[in-house]
Amino acid sequence: MTIMIVGLVSMVLGFSSCDKKTGGDVDVYKIGAVFAVTGGASFLGAPEKKTAEMIIQRVNENGGINGRKVELIVMDSEGDSTKASLQVKKLMTKENVLAVLGPSTSGNSIAVIPLAEKHETPLISCALSYKIVHNDKTGKPYKWVFKVAQADSQAVDMIFTHLVSKGIKKIAIMSVTTGYGASGRSEIIRLAPKYGLEIVAEEKYGPKDTDMTVQLTKIKSFEPEAIINWSVGPTQVTVVRNWKDLGMDNIKMVQSAGFGSLKNVELAAGSAEGVLLPLGAVNIAELLPADHPQKTVTMEYLKEYKGKYAEMVSTFGGHAWDSLNMVIKAIEKVGADKAKIRDELENATGFIGQHGVFNMSAADHNGLDKTSYNMVVVKNGTWAIAQ
Amino acid sequence: MFRIGRRSRIFFVCALLIAPWIIQVIPTISHYLDVLVFAGIYTLITIGLSLLMGYAGQISLGHAAFFGIGAYISGILTVQYEWNPWFCMLVGVVVTVLVAFLIGTPALKLKGHYLAMATLAFGIVVFIFFNEEVAVTGGPDGMGGIPGLSIWGYSFDTELKYYYLVWGIVAAVFLFSVNLVHSRLGRALRAIHTSEIGANAMGVNVSVYKIQIFVYSAALASIAGSLYAHYINFISPGTFDLSFSVKLLIMIVIGGMYSIWGAILGAVLISFLSFEWLEMFKEYEILVFGLILLFVTIFLPDGIISLPKKLRGIMGKSKKPSGQKRD
Repeated sequence: MTIMIVGLVSMVLGFSSCDKKTGGDVDVYKIGAVFAVTGGASFLGAPEKKTAEMIIQRVNENGGINGRKVELIVMDSEGDSTKASLQVKKLMTKENVLAVLGPSTSGNSIAVIPLAEKHETPLISCALSYKIVHNDKTGKPYKWVFKVAQADSQAVDMIFTHLVSKGIKKIAIMSVTTGYGASGRSEIIRLAPKYGLEIVAEEKYGPKDTDMTVQLTKIKSFEPEAIINWSVGPTQVTVVRNWKDLGMDNIKMVQSAGFGSLKNVELAAGSAEGVLLPLGAVNIAELLPADHPQKTVTMEYLKEYKGKYAEMVSTFGGHAWDSLNMVIKAIEKVGADKAKIRDELENATGFIGQHGVFNMSAADHNGLDKTSYNMVVVKNGTWAIAQ
Repeated sequence: MFRIGRRSRIFFVCALLIAPWIIQVIPTISHYLDVLVFAGIYTLITIGLSLLMGYAGQISLGHAAFFGIGAYISGILTVQYEWNPWFCMLVGVVVTVLVAFLIGTPALKLKGHYLAMATLAFGIVVFIFFNEEVAVTGGPDGMGGIPGLSIWGYSFDTELKYYYLVWGIVAAVFLFSVNLVHSRLGRALRAIHTSEIGANAMGVNVSVYKIQIFVYSAALASIAGSLYAHYINFISPGTFDLSFSVKLLIMIVIGGMYSIWGAILGAVLISFLSFEWLEMFKEYEILVFGLILLFVTIFLPDGIISLPKKLRGIMGKSKKPSGQKRD
């Protein structure tokens, strides 16, 4: 037994000394990030991590912020709330970072809100749920929590406006049984009457399901004029392929913004032609008119990301871009003071980001409106502005 | 069933008591306290599971469900009705016991793979319930705002206090479980594990004992769930899925299925590995984890707790006759 105790203690000390030494580096600005780099939500976290690292590398090569280097600490939550919680806590206490980017998913973000409030460190989530910046009890945002992704309601508004303009009256909903899917679905149901749309059918599927022909066949029998599919990840591709295979392409297919990566179009192997979706400007940089306010930053990001990683940009990397650059801008102005950084973030107006022009305020910790979305259609294997 | 000497036990208790104070002072490992709290919560579940799987020889691939039921009952009742958290924990245990009884009675008639499938299915059903019943559980987004624990005004609002609370409960459960093992129930369980038919023939009421231990392990998991909910103040269905049930199994297998000490060791070890130590391997974390599992299952099938005995055996210094298997 004694041998085991000795063994355990030496293992503890051994492992902990392999941990990166943190102490005493006052000459570096530390920013933390918790992304779902591996696991079920890795299509969110992987581009977010790559974008963040790319930006920090460039910033440090140019001398850092006001002459001081920046250290980015990225932790992999694997999409797990318990891990995300422990990691955010560690970043805010042990590493004493100036701000935390992420988490990548709505569920993880909601889980860590109390930590941001308790440790008084700004948290800028890359996830979508409105609950992240809305305290149901007070009706106001949480003091230390911000988000950079557009709200589901804005996406739905954009989709409905477009459908109504095409004279569509009957729609069907397909949604995934995650927080993201549930949020989109409830917004669709809430806003449909406002636009005079009737929901004739509704089906759900799980995030790991590999075949949705059953759900689509059921929907077909109710003869909707358009199907809105709310999910993110591999299931979005599966739904589109099933839709095409069932010969249902006379019914319009509208995807949620989660489809926003050309990799998805590629994986759909041709079945995505004609699919509609709302996208942030980041995805259609090349299609934007020259006088569009976001043209410059999106083209720059596209060039930098594609040049470094040889892959297309995605919606999710764009969120990381927005959150990190907002923090950098704040640090530039006020230095290493968490409270001041928070104030800067709250008062950020006219910040031109990948997903829109942000105008934050004390009542709005998201800062985006309907104009942050553009209705896009898949044409010839790439994006085109929907007419 | 590995003998831990009295001196070692005392040492262990002392280490448990003073560890947090030492940890808090050393900056590089000051956050280990957080991990230890989780380790304690998981230990509650693994103690019960090791009794079920190690002593009674039954399998459960759905214990995350009981963990979840305890957590959600505590969460829902404290958030929506603002009842006393301790009372809610009790309600959680009662509900879990009922559910375990209802599920256990038919399921424990099955053996081997079939029992595993039944518990697996049960776990999935409960997970789907947590995920779908949005009005009650908050659905996939989870539910937050769960209050912390306090007794008569003294609130357990720091990691240190929660550490002592959780490990205090673990100590109580440990003593109770050890007594259980030395009691009639324990002997009956071991008989059942060795041979159900033989035990039956000797007049041991196999079904009753199996259900009893199943229910006991479920109750422990429920208490652990409530403690978890009041610690993180947020729960979501993703925490109570199949992969957590599997993680529990891993804890027991690595620690040592046939020993309550093994359950503790396994829970602590896996907590540290998965939350802390393997992080340096980044994306290869899961590979390393798998390798460790492989290594232990091949070379230490009785778990790491059997390491000293094996070492003693190898070095030829057999202090005790091998027939003595008591804990």
